[in-house]
Amino acid sequence: MWGDTSIKLGNTLGAVAGFLGVLLLLFYLAGFARGRLSRRLAILLLLGPAVLLLLVGIVVPAARTIYLSLYNEDSTKFLGFGNYTWAFGDSDIHQVLLNTLLWIVIAPILTTALGLVLALLVDRLRGQAVYKSLIFMPMAISFVGASIIWKFVYAYRDPSQPQIGLLSQICMWFGWHNPPNWILSHPLNNFLLMIIMIWVQTGFAMVVLSAAIKAIPEDITEAAVLDGAQGWRLFANVTIPMIRSTIIVVLTTVMITTLKLFDIIRTMTGGNFGTQVLANEMYNQAFTEFNNGRAGALAVLLFLAVVPLVAYNVAMLRKEREVR
Amino acid sequence: MAMLTRTERKRSEPARTAPTRTGVRRALSSPLSTVAVLLVTVVWTVPSLGLLVTSLRPEQDVAQTGWWDFFAHPHLTLANYHDVLFNGGFGVSDGLMPYLVNSLAITVPATIFPIVLASMAAYVLAWIPFKGSDTIFFVFFALQVVPLQMALVPLLQLFSGGAHIGSLTIFPAVGMGGSYAPVWIAHTMFAMPLAVFLLHNFIAQLPRDLIEAARVDGASHFRVFRSVVLPLATPALASFAIFQFLWVWNDLLVGLTFTGGAPESAPMPSRLAQLSGSFGDHWEILTAGAFVSVVIPLVVFFSLQRYFVRGLLAGSVKG
Repeated sequence: MWGDTSIKLGNTLGAVAGFLGVLLLLFYLAGFARGRLSRRLAILLLLGPAVLLLLVGIVVPAARTIYLSLYNEDSTKFLGFGNYTWAFGDSDIHQVLLNTLLWIVIAPILTTALGLVLALLVDRLRGQAVYKSLIFMPMAISFVGASIIWKFVYAYRDPSQPQIGLLSQICMWFGWHNPPNWILSHPLNNFLLMIIMIWVQTGFAMVVLSAAIKAIPEDITEAAVLDGAQGWRLFANVTIPMIRSTIIVVLTTVMITTLKLFDIIRTMTGGNFGTQVLANEMYNQAFTEFNNGRAGALAVLLFLAVVPLVAYNVAMLRKEREVR
Repeated sequence: MAMLTRTERKRSEPARTAPTRTGVRRALSSPLSTVAVLLVTVVWTVPSLGLLVTSLRPEQDVAQTGWWDFFAHPHLTLANYHDVLFNGGFGVSDGLMPYLVNSLAITVPATIFPIVLASMAAYVLAWIPFKGSDTIFFVFFALQVVPLQMALVPLLQLFSGGAHIGSLTIFPAVGMGGSYAPVWIAHTMFAMPLAVFLLHNFIAQLPRDLIEAARVDGASHFRVFRSVVLPLATPALASFAIFQFLWVWNDLLVGLTFTGGAPESAPMPSRLAQLSGSFGDHWEILTAGAFVSVVIPLVVFFSLQRYFVRGLLAGSVKG
């Protein structure tokens, strides 16, 4: 096994060294060029690879996905918008779209709300760095790791046996002697999966919103306080309006992540038990059902849903930067 | 940034912070808020603690009692880690070690390639203006919108079959079986829009004098890029490197798609997702495996927290 490992790592280092070596050699040779040729060579060699990667890796495939979405499973028969009418007509996909909608409404709102409350509370505690680190920590973990952590929390055992899942055990301590098999209980399971997303993203929301709150000019809060604003009114009439654009950026960012959600569903349920969402169904259509037409149509729907969110997000970020 | 300016101001004008303290701050700094934050922190930490504790308990204990029982009957063992890394157990040969090696072998090049190529492109777009360079920059910027899913199937077809016009091969098949190349290339491609955008923002703001002085001294663009731009851009490169490293390390979709989950080349997350489906009852194995994959991001997180947060915030829309 160690031999295998060293071959793999050796190949990898070789690839990196080769990559850097080729670039350095090209740079060295192109350095001899003079005048207009030198400038053209610089543009070609420095910018060329990135443009090529973008074309081959994103532009052409994306166009081809749109093309594939108009054809049948192995792209031999033109269907027009057949795959799209399937996506909106099929009852299984209705569940998928409904779940996706639930996810992109509930998870971002709860994440942002909780992050905002924490941002307001945590800054005046002693040892805030520790709290912040611990709440932000899940952001470092993969969604797969997070899913396994929570799958264990939701683990089910027959009530007559000693419990191993924390959630069931807590329910029993509080006197609910017959907790359900959480992951199998539809529609509850959707919300249990959302908790994972909220667990991961709340730290992000908290850190961003906390920075925004700290950036509110102190004269403004001072003036409001002198005018008699206190507690809740200060919060609702001064703090919230001042950080409104940041709140929207956080909300849309979490929404975009949620829309592309794949890992949690794949690890927790594989899309079974009524928990399927758009991105995972797209993967299933492509790599389990081998239906490139339907997979393409779902990818296009995902794309169309993401575009306005990203556009809005970027516009808000721009505006915010101009103000500062 | 915002944080910095505020603390500086605080230091120079200590008297001015007093009214704020009596405002929102005091209204919410009751013991109740301390309790609330403490509670959230506990809820946020306990699931991870359960994972760590379970991974260190003997198999028998894990199967028979909840992990909280550990505090009453502490039995520690590293056997699960040995099993999950080397034995696999339950009919799995070799354990997770090959996948861990794969993860490393995927992540390092998939971090270096896009950073080098994107900083090259960013330098041209920022410092060598030509007809159409603004348009190219805008295209890079705009393509951040495209979700991975839009490119997945065609790109996989391209890697496995190549591209042909008639009998003319314009793009050779990379060959999928057991090679890292498709994953490296895919990650590099998908990283490009964000990487070029972020690095351009930084590189465009480098001092003009420095770059022009080097040019006047007769240095070629390649030389300027290597010996002036790259060293000065290190902070931006570091932030992006951390972001990209963690993104690739934690990624499931690209790794799963472009390796097909084969043990020769598949990374940790795709194996863990698979194990979570098929060995769902062997928590001692699953928790140890998850901890192995989580420990590297956590080390990065706790040692480079500032860069980490900055990088993550910058890249939060990626994918």
